[in-house]
Amino acid sequence: MPVTRTETVELRSASDVVTVRQIARTWSIESGFTLVDQTKMVTAASEIARNTIDYGGGGVAQFELITEGGRRGLRISFEDQGPGIPDVAKALTDHFTTGNGLGLGLGGAKRLVNEFDIRSRPGEGTRVVLTRWK
Amino acid sequence: MDRIPILKLRGLLLVTIQVDMHDRLAMQLQDELTTRISETGARGVLIDISSLDIVDSFIGRMIANIAAMARVLDAQTVVVGMQPAVAITLVELGLTLPGVRTALNVDKGMALLEGTALITDADELDAGYAD
Repeated sequence: MPVTRTETVELRSASDVVTVRQIARTWSIESGFTLVDQTKMVTAASEIARNTIDYGGGGVAQFELITEGGRRGLRISFEDQGPGIPDVAKALTDHFTTGNGLGLGLGGAKRLVNEFDIRSRPGEGTRVVLTRWK
Repeated sequence: MDRIPILKLRGLLLVTIQVDMHDRLAMQLQDELTTRISETGARGVLIDISSLDIVDSFIGRMIANIAAMARVLDAQTVVVGMQPAVAITLVELGLTLPGVRTALNVDKGMALLEGTALITDADELDAGYAD
């Protein structure tokens, strides 16, 4: 799948979540998303960026503008080398949390994008990929 | 450092959130707002989020916490000015902000809070008569 542009952002502290939101917004606009779709993508990115920092101990976010069969999309991949998620299916259910959050992060983010992929290995880390098409 | 101003307006506290809130700012707002409620004896808090272009579960939790803390301090919280796209996203995210009242704008929020105060007074009056 052709990637027309990429950018990588390091996620270390809470202020990096704001940076992720700003880039997600700009790239969503460039991808031609409606205001509601922009808002969904930015919100999903904010949730996962926070997880990467709070639970993954930091990591990176990679933004990609992609095209496939004439349609444009935005893909954001989050990767950390943290403790991983022992039970991904359980972590995707609403109101599941190991922290002091609302437990809506993963499941909520999944509902806000078109494609959601999560891979996690205990002790090795977690990778979450969010994709939204115009 | 950024700071979110808290204004006192006719016995209510008005907070207008205009910046992309990072975590420290959100926690600071919680602290300052509860202090101001206790200092001023305000019965209502209006949180204007019309400038926020997203509300994620972190900001949602902060709003819910402020409302819960205010309630314990005998003040009602009304969130006003939520953008339509934010409302659509919040519901899909699964965040329904239980216990937080909302109004379309500051005027309506203020009317809601002042109406609540009147109803509360009338209820107390009724209870008094019943005795």
